[in-house]
Amino acid sequence: MNPKDLHYTRSHEWVRIDGDIGTIGITDYAQKELGEIVYLELPEVGHVFNEDEEFGTVESVKAVSELFTPLSGEVVEVNKGAISEPGIVNDDPFGDGWLIKLKLSTDEEVSKLLSAEDYETYVKQEEKER
Amino acid sequence: MKFLPTSDADREQMLRAIGVASVDDLFDSIPAEVRKPADLPPPLSEIEVRRMMGALAARNANARETAFFLGAGIYHHWVSAVADQMLYRAEWLTSYTPYQPEVSQGTLQSIFEFQTHMCLLTGLDVANASLYEGASALVEALLMSARLVRGRNKAVLSAAIHPEYRETVRTYFAALGLTAVEVPVGPDGATDPDALRAAVDDDTFAVAVQSPNFYGVVEDWESGSSAAHAKGALSVAVVAEAVSLALTAAPGERGADVACGEAQSLGVPMHFGGPVLGFLACRSEHQRQIPGRLVGETRDAEGRRAFCLTLSTREQHIRRERATSNICTNQGLMALAANIHCSLLGKRGLREVAVQSHAKAEYVKREIGRTAGYRIPFSGPTFNEFVVEAPEPAAPLLSRLARRGILAGVPLSRWERESDRRFLVAATEMNTREEMDRLVAALGETA
Amino acid sequence: MSVEVEENSTVQSPDRLHPEPRHEPLIFERSGEGKVGYSLPPLDVPETVAIPANLLRAEIAGETEVTEVEIARHFTRLSRLNFSIDEALYPLGSCTMKHNPRVNEEVARLPGFAAAHPLAPEEVSQGALELAWRLERTLCELTGLARVTLQPAAGAQGELAGILMVRAAHEKRGNPRTTVLIPDSAHGTNPASAHFAGYKVRELKSNARGTLDLHVLEEAMTEDVAALMLTVPNTLGIFENQILEIARIVHAKGGYLYCDGANFNSFVGVAKPGAMGIDVMHMNLHKTFSTPHGGGGPGAGPVAVTERLVPYLPRPTVERREDGSFFLDHDRPDSIGRLRTFLGNFGMFVRALSYIAQYGNRIGEVARGAVLNANYVRAGLSGVYHLKYDAPTMHEVVFSDKKQSEHGVHAMDIAKRLMDFGFHPPTISFPLIVHGALMIEPTETEARPGLDAFVAAMREIARECEEAPEVVLKAPHTTPVRRVDEVGAARNLVLRWRPES
Repeated sequence: MNPKDLHYTRSHEWVRIDGDIGTIGITDYAQKELGEIVYLELPEVGHVFNEDEEFGTVESVKAVSELFTPLSGEVVEVNKGAISEPGIVNDDPFGDGWLIKLKLSTDEEVSKLLSAEDYETYVKQEEKER
Repeated sequence: MKFLPTSDADREQMLRAIGVASVDDLFDSIPAEVRKPADLPPPLSEIEVRRMMGALAARNANARETAFFLGAGIYHHWVSAVADQMLYRAEWLTSYTPYQPEVSQGTLQSIFEFQTHMCLLTGLDVANASLYEGASALVEALLMSARLVRGRNKAVLSAAIHPEYRETVRTYFAALGLTAVEVPVGPDGATDPDALRAAVDDDTFAVAVQSPNFYGVVEDWESGSSAAHAKGALSVAVVAEAVSLALTAAPGERGADVACGEAQSLGVPMHFGGPVLGFLACRSEHQRQIPGRLVGETRDAEGRRAFCLTLSTREQHIRRERATSNICTNQGLMALAANIHCSLLGKRGLREVAVQSHAKAEYVKREIGRTAGYRIPFSGPTFNEFVVEAPEPAAPLLSRLARRGILAGVPLSRWERESDRRFLVAATEMNTREEMDRLVAALGETA
Repeated sequence: MSVEVEENSTVQSPDRLHPEPRHEPLIFERSGEGKVGYSLPPLDVPETVAIPANLLRAEIAGETEVTEVEIARHFTRLSRLNFSIDEALYPLGSCTMKHNPRVNEEVARLPGFAAAHPLAPEEVSQGALELAWRLERTLCELTGLARVTLQPAAGAQGELAGILMVRAAHEKRGNPRTTVLIPDSAHGTNPASAHFAGYKVRELKSNARGTLDLHVLEEAMTEDVAALMLTVPNTLGIFENQILEIARIVHAKGGYLYCDGANFNSFVGVAKPGAMGIDVMHMNLHKTFSTPHGGGGPGAGPVAVTERLVPYLPRPTVERREDGSFFLDHDRPDSIGRLRTFLGNFGMFVRALSYIAQYGNRIGEVARGAVLNANYVRAGLSGVYHLKYDAPTMHEVVFSDKKQSEHGVHAMDIAKRLMDFGFHPPTISFPLIVHGALMIEPTETEARPGLDAFVAAMREIARECEEAPEVVLKAPHTTPVRRVDEVGAARNLVLRWRPES
């Protein structure tokens, strides 16, 4: 379900950390909620974000969602493949559907993120409130 | 009550099914203090409504029963019988926004055709499904430009854009903290190109020019587009007399990034000012910022060509406070009327209407110019409308002529206090030689 | 895939409506060189083009060449691909798809209205000015408010006008304030309009009943809040019973209470917004007052205001002199200005006044009929569809797809399947606070058999969701086109026809 080696946010982003590079995407739950994705608005390489800042949007036919970065850093890579074929985010949200890679400015923010288990609990709670 | 199809027996049965004793019980959540019936006269029958409305309508001068030369942003053009009657069809009249494409292909395909017509006429790539009317269309075009050229706060507007459009821009801009700077016209009646270029700086997000402008003068779109692009701003072309698009240069072919304005001249009756038909068209690279509804082509589950609303995520019902506009309802039925009109007239008819309108205006302009006491103050080329300067204050003169069945023009003093002897005269394919000669003679008498 | 229908059932047979899908070419594809669809009188003045060549265009490449015959056929055939109110129930929540009286179309076309120019001298426009004035007076009576501007072209533009007037009133006292409060159940035009008026939006969470908690409002209502925008009744069809308290809380901090009048059909002629403490309210002539929806417009969004906001009305207003003549008053120094050209969508004023005149002092029966019909449908579907908020509802009711989603079927699928039964679907996916919402507003002009057939169809679909969900998931099956690929449309944008180069 939600890969255990990733960290999660309450706004349904995930981040994979390799040294000082953080790869960010949206979760399987998020892509299901959005429906088929038709468009991605992602930042330019070089842009610097603080944690919780909006870094782009993901659009389906019926919704637009802002994307919030879980961690602070500088954009070093953007998934051009996802921009031209946004459906990849639906098909493989944790893999080829990644969105941006950040060079992290600090390692002190990771502790604020959710584990896979905590994220799953959080999602279950949200669904109950419907 | 003829629009309430529920019989007393039905009502009894329904109340039982709901489980309440009376309809009153269903209003319990409304506090008693605020329940007040309406103090209106008793209902009128259809016959009485016709009589009442007929009496009101009879007290308005109308273009069919007068020698009619009024323009200033809304024009009397031919509306075909087939277009008028088609709009009576219930499937067009009483249908709604095509949110469910499978049962709205008629509306969707018609909008797609309308979008195409506006692209062909403006020379641009994409057009929306309509906006309310010309002034708010200009506002939308400017706000769109402000979103595309981020970080800038100023729009440069020709002072020869329709005064009610500029007033509307000021109302919207005041709330959003944007500024609009106006550039005056030169002695020929066209926007002064040097002043235009000088007014554009690094804080400008858009430059807007109207052609034919409010004084009827045909402007060169290039003056606006070159001034805009020199500083990285967008060029907005404003059109109030859409018939001109069939004769004068297409804005998209002369550097405009966005074209907007009023398409009422394309088969929509004047209706005392509304409903009319705002439009907006732009280059494809800007299409994601276009306000209003858009219809796109696609396929259905069995591979048939089909149409649907698309890019809806820009719109208010999804994007809410981050929407490209707050517009929801547009001018759908009027866009249908324009589609039928443009399709019917087509390549040659649209041009012929424009040529006739222009030729008739040239005739009247020449004859008035030859009438003692009158002059044509602006030397710039005009399309179908021009400014006349009378030997006396224009408003009382025009009122006198109106009482004689001649609606000779619109006095500029409505907007420009200092121009109290000037008025705008418009002519279209609807004016006969006899009417035009009668106008000229009447003006000559009063000199 | 066929569906079995019981012999005596009131459910419409799915094959009834459109057995064969039809394809109608674009009008551009019907074009043929040399064809002519129009005729003009010969030019009776010298032919001339007195515009320099560099300001002229070439012919409009790609434009049509068709005859009147093709036009009549094309647009007639296209029309038959549309569902409309004149066909059957169109229960779109908050849209008020009521019958459009036929005489309205006739009177709107009188030459004195249709061929009248807004800038003609006022002395020869007295009929139009009087009509506008009378409509304003009538709407004042129905709302219990002081004055009405007829200028806004639609509800959204009315919202903007209303909030701009609120802003102007605050500015006059030295502080425009920064925020507008809006419940999370509101239509998207509300926050969009607030934004365009330069305000930040603060969303108020609805309580478990679907209404506003007074303590939530009290906590949010500060002297930095310009207004509370409330839809009355709200988008769930629930009337805020504590409306007078709500108004008191807002007014106590110097704010204004804005009412989104989209749902006025539920209490027009029965209760007055002015008596509820509402300061400013927009109405939709194309909803409550029967002007036709026309495939998406035109509408008209008049805004009624309390005495305090009168100075800020858009200019011009229509005024009446002592001698009974009418004029336009442009001399209004505190006016917010203009939101559009001319007076407003006058053609819709004619229709609305004609409609109201035909009801007169019996107009309360509209609301009574609307509320009765909606509650009847609610009774018929209760237990079959999930009702998230079970407070009493007025002219509309919002169910959800919760039960059906247990079988993998969602609101969108139910909507598509309903078309096979000959109905237009209700509003889906709105309001946002109900996941999988089905928002149903039958209006007062639906007769009982129509309501019964709708309820029967919805019950049949609920049964299909359990027993044969594939039928619903692959719906619609009998419409002119099958389920349309909206994802494909957005991924590959084709927004116009292009001539072959």
